[in-house]
Amino acid sequence: MKKTIITVVGKDTVGIIAKVCSYLAESNVNILDISQTIVSEFFNMMMIVDCNNASKPFDQMADELEEIGRTMGLHIRMQHEDIFNSMHRI
Amino acid sequence: MINFFEVNETNKMIDQENLDVRTITMGISLLDCIDSDLAKLNQKIYDKIFTKAEHLVEVGEEISREFGVPIVNKRISVTPIALVGAAACRCPEDFITIAQTLDNVAHAVGVNFIGGYSALVSKGMTPAEENLIRSIPQALAVTERVCSSVNVGSTRTGLNMDAVRLMGEIVKKTAEATADQGSIGCAKLVVFCNAPDDNPFMAGAFHGVTEADAIINVGVSGPGVVKTALQAVRGESFEVLCETIKKTAFKVTRVGQLVAKEASEMLQIPFGIVDLSLAPTPAIGDSVADILKEIGLEEVGAPGTTAALALLNDQVKKGGVMASSYVGGLSGAFIPVSEDQGMIDAVNAQALTLEKLEAMTCVCSVGLDMIAVPGDTKATTIAGIIADEAAIGMINQKTTAVRLIPVIGKGVGEVVEFGGLLGYAPVIPVNSFGCDAFVNRQGRIPAPIHSFKN
Repeated sequence: MKKTIITVVGKDTVGIIAKVCSYLAESNVNILDISQTIVSEFFNMMMIVDCNNASKPFDQMADELEEIGRTMGLHIRMQHEDIFNSMHRI
Repeated sequence: MINFFEVNETNKMIDQENLDVRTITMGISLLDCIDSDLAKLNQKIYDKIFTKAEHLVEVGEEISREFGVPIVNKRISVTPIALVGAAACRCPEDFITIAQTLDNVAHAVGVNFIGGYSALVSKGMTPAEENLIRSIPQALAVTERVCSSVNVGSTRTGLNMDAVRLMGEIVKKTAEATADQGSIGCAKLVVFCNAPDDNPFMAGAFHGVTEADAIINVGVSGPGVVKTALQAVRGESFEVLCETIKKTAFKVTRVGQLVAKEASEMLQIPFGIVDLSLAPTPAIGDSVADILKEIGLEEVGAPGTTAALALLNDQVKKGGVMASSYVGGLSGAFIPVSEDQGMIDAVNAQALTLEKLEAMTCVCSVGLDMIAVPGDTKATTIAGIIADEAAIGMINQKTTAVRLIPVIGKGVGEVVEFGGLLGYAPVIPVNSFGCDAFVNRQGRIPAPIHSFKN
């Protein structure tokens, strides 16, 4: 199973997780893990999700998430986990 | 499981430190296109390249999206055209039609450069190879994306001084043919010694005859990432310095390896090599010169520069070799002047001279690269510089190259602008004493002895 990492970075505000999660639910993406911290008012979240049964293509979801981020003043990025695995695991 | 810290580290490299994959280059053999009829040859070349590379740009962009890492260039290299065109081309003008075909197909598939308008003449020149070389100035003036290279020597064969002399003239003529665009033709022309068959980087890329029908080679980059990593270990020992460079090079190369594997799978073309080169761009913070300064030099060109560069180049290779299953191409730190803001600053500060650049090329790939010299530099002087650089490669069993730009109408201190990845460069002074009698001798410099190394 190919996993995908979603990162959300930006100023903290109400409803960030709700918005991202409801978008993922609409797109039939299963969330496997969420970790989140706030460092000096900056919201920092990493999600591990499973896109294999997603109702939309990867490209489109990456674009739409980015757009959601823009409307909330956040930087949202969606990447296959392989780039992290290859860089940080031997 | 991947953790927060690692994800952030990778994304910081991409967002703030210019981590990218510099190029995916598809090498395509044109040997099966050879035909004695020029029109048929051109058609076959177009069709083969188009069929193989049709989806290259698309796939590159898809991978870039999937991993969130920029893939800056998608390029093509082909079999040296002097070999492919030998049966059909009777004069330099015939070769120019092939250059135009290459340019057309490059536009059609959307790649920004196509390399391989090349001749390998390290020992001797066939009439076809000489015709191709003589066609280079015109070919580079009438095309936009075609890159040319000529291999004039090797450790095994010595230096073909007839070719070196000819290339001095050709570089000059290429500058004149593109005088109205800052002599940009010369930025697309490389003179090599010990040219590698699988180099993915332009302008010197070609698909060697020892290669498979088609292959995917990838060039990684990341001077900004290395520089940032070194900022954290200022003042530490050489051991710490070297370890840091190795670890960073490992991470950067792994991204290249991943992209190469993925591209190879999606295009169903075998994976060739990853080229472990630190390739700078004119963007601020994407500079090899800045790494050297971070290692401890006030400006590049100061005493200690060659040692610092030797250390950097070696550690990048040591870190990168483990990260990739096949390493090849040029693999080393690039020191192009116009493409590196830190190098430009060093030239402007008069810290860096042509002679020091030559010394630096003894310990890194690839040679005197993207250096603007006065437009009135004599062809024999350019040939002399080529001979010097090729001799370094020949004796030290390494690849060296010369990409000089005699900027027509400009003198020392003036600036020439190439735009985009090629950047801009201040014109650098050249030693004004002549070498005509040396360059004008006929024949070859014999291959060097392989023992008694001193």
